Amino acid sequence: MIRSQVLICGGTGCTSSGSVTLIEEFEKRIAENGLSEEVKIVKTGCFGLCALGPVVIVYPDGTFYSRVQKDDVAEIVSEHLLKGRTVDRLVYSDVDESVKEEALHVSLNDTTFYKSQKRVALRNCGVINPESIDEYIAMDGYAALGKALTEMTPEEVIQTIKDSGLRGRGGGGFPTGLKWSFTAAQPKGQKYVVCNADEGDPGAFMDRSVLEGDPHCLVEAMAICGYATGASEGYVYVRAEYPIAVARLQKAIDDAREYGLLGKDIFGSGFDFDLFIRLGAGAFVCGEETALMTSIEGNRGEPRPRPPYPAVKGLFGKPTTENNVETFANVPQIILKGAEFFNTMGTEKSKGTKVFALGGKITNTGLVEVPMGTTLREIVEVIGGGVPNGKKFKAAQTGGPSGGCIPASMLDIEIDYDNLVAQGAMMGSGGLIVMDETDCMVDIAKFFLEFTVDESCGKCTPCRIGTKRLYEILEKITNGNGTLEDLDEMEKLCHYIKENSLCGLGQTAPNPVLSTYQRFKDEYIAHVVDKRCPAGVCKNLLTITIIEDKCKGCTACSRVCPVGAISGSVKNPHVIDPAKCIKCGACIEKCKFNAIVKK
Amino acid sequence: MKSLAELAAIKEKMQNKVVLREGSSDTRVVVGMATCGIAAGARPVLNAFVEEVGAAGLAGSVMVTQTGCIGICQYEPVVEVYEAGKEKITYVKMTPEKAKEVVEKHLKGGKVIDEYTISKV
Repeated sequence: MIRSQVLICGGTGCTSSGSVTLIEEFEKRIAENGLSEEVKIVKTGCFGLCALGPVVIVYPDGTFYSRVQKDDVAEIVSEHLLKGRTVDRLVYSDVDESVKEEALHVSLNDTTFYKSQKRVALRNCGVINPESIDEYIAMDGYAALGKALTEMTPEEVIQTIKDSGLRGRGGGGFPTGLKWSFTAAQPKGQKYVVCNADEGDPGAFMDRSVLEGDPHCLVEAMAICGYATGASEGYVYVRAEYPIAVARLQKAIDDAREYGLLGKDIFGSGFDFDLFIRLGAGAFVCGEETALMTSIEGNRGEPRPRPPYPAVKGLFGKPTTENNVETFANVPQIILKGAEFFNTMGTEKSKGTKVFALGGKITNTGLVEVPMGTTLREIVEVIGGGVPNGKKFKAAQTGGPSGGCIPASMLDIEIDYDNLVAQGAMMGSGGLIVMDETDCMVDIAKFFLEFTVDESCGKCTPCRIGTKRLYEILEKITNGNGTLEDLDEMEKLCHYIKENSLCGLGQTAPNPVLSTYQRFKDEYIAHVVDKRCPAGVCKNLLTITIIEDKCKGCTACSRVCPVGAISGSVKNPHVIDPAKCIKCGACIEKCKFNAIVKK
Repeated sequence: MKSLAELAAIKEKMQNKVVLREGSSDTRVVVGMATCGIAAGARPVLNAFVEEVGAAGLAGSVMVTQTGCIGICQYEPVVEVYEAGKEKITYVKMTPEKAKEVVEKHLKGGKVIDEYTISKV
């Protein structure tokens, strides 16, 4: 009889920080202590707190251990699993003091990271073994599909999704129920369901987390969508760079077929549905729906003009419904618990919850799911644990290469689709990159643009050439050669690219530039007029100097300098030759007297 | 899968295996499992609780867990029962047989077995 379960994260983050060896070590130690019959090890998907991985949770008490190393395992097994004493030094302790005093034990749900979260799309991630269809079923899995097929008409399914207010989680925020109804309205015949799992935004990994942590949820949702829209086949287009996700999804599909949850006559309803995986080679443009379908068809991934929309003429020229992974992940819960369950969360026009991938200058790097309308401040300062190293919050970038920046003055903004767009940013897939005072906004804009220049498919001129020219202007500015005319030219070009590009990639590519220019114009001006980078990032605009009074002449800097730019004799102040200096900053780190500064 | 009944059967079978992970039960049964407890036979008691709670269908509402030494080593194995809104009950000198009885009468029936509690020893 199992009395305790040890959940070990097997997501990509924790796998790379060593959770696989942890699992082996736990198995060994548990066997050594004769606990194999009493304690079970479960490999799960991502818990979300990737910064503190590898993560281990011990149930029934829900004790949350972070950064567990192989050498810690023996202690956890002999102390906690055998003797019932938690290993306090490993327990993640960011917990409200009031809770700490009252609680008999501190569990996962009491931590500030988890407390404000509301998990719908991620509800099973980190809770079940993603490779066990039985565990998914135990958590009400496939009950929504059963309900839809046996108790609801396709029209009722679509109406429920419409009533729930669910909007596309991949970026645009188009109402999902409406999208389904367009495909359903097409004449009967071959139709398709497509899942866009080509998660391409730098820093966003919520789709990977669902695929790795709860793959059956996607299988179930796509089957429900197939029933609602009259489609009998589905395709999941997923990046080949997600090997764990691909393997678990394939196992989920195989297991679902074996149980007859995919295939012919599901639940005796006469409804047939099957699902296939197609791997993407990692082109960003293939996240655009028409390019994605072109790629599934076996062609080079290039977008095609709309209309006709995919609902009319999509994959293989047939009516197709395409949704993002996170969108689908909400569907089974909505069908099972009703539209009310979902539309009572969130704001007036954005219902439910949203998953954000927190990255950049933030303490708790990881995945969080919060109700729509949660303030940026709460996400960054409370759940995210704030900016580390005592630095000041400068801005948050949302929506990746298509999005924009929200400055510190807007920290109290309630995050939903429309508020973000009003601020010149966008929801995008939910990447949220936090920047502090040492980040240069011009450099950030250049970073994202470099990405889109690389990823532009080249089909249309405004995107192919326009983004390249725009990048060159930014390069000129960060090199210190920009003029005020360049800034005007830059803005004009941004609008031109937005208005004339064929697909979403080009239409949104200038957003990071426009948004940073609007919010941090003074930084652009400083680069152009004063030839200065306020954050101290752009190398050509920096000079590194030694403060004579503080220099003791220890020679540490001249010895570390890779280009021999520092000269001076022992016990006398040194000097840097600006012509030779490559601004690597090695001397600043080496100096014990804080005598070297960059300006 | 031809019917909802088939699905329900799998769910039923698996329920006990995942319910442990909910982590928020109204009732907690805590078994002292320090060296003194283990020496006095706490492990069979702990396992008996897990088994009986599962058999009684209470796994969803009763959490069976362990703790270290409470400090009354001469009374081990010690088992404490915490119920929301009620006073803590401490059972002492437990055995697997007594554990079964506690599950039956106290956890299921709501009646504390006075003669096993610390106040009666």
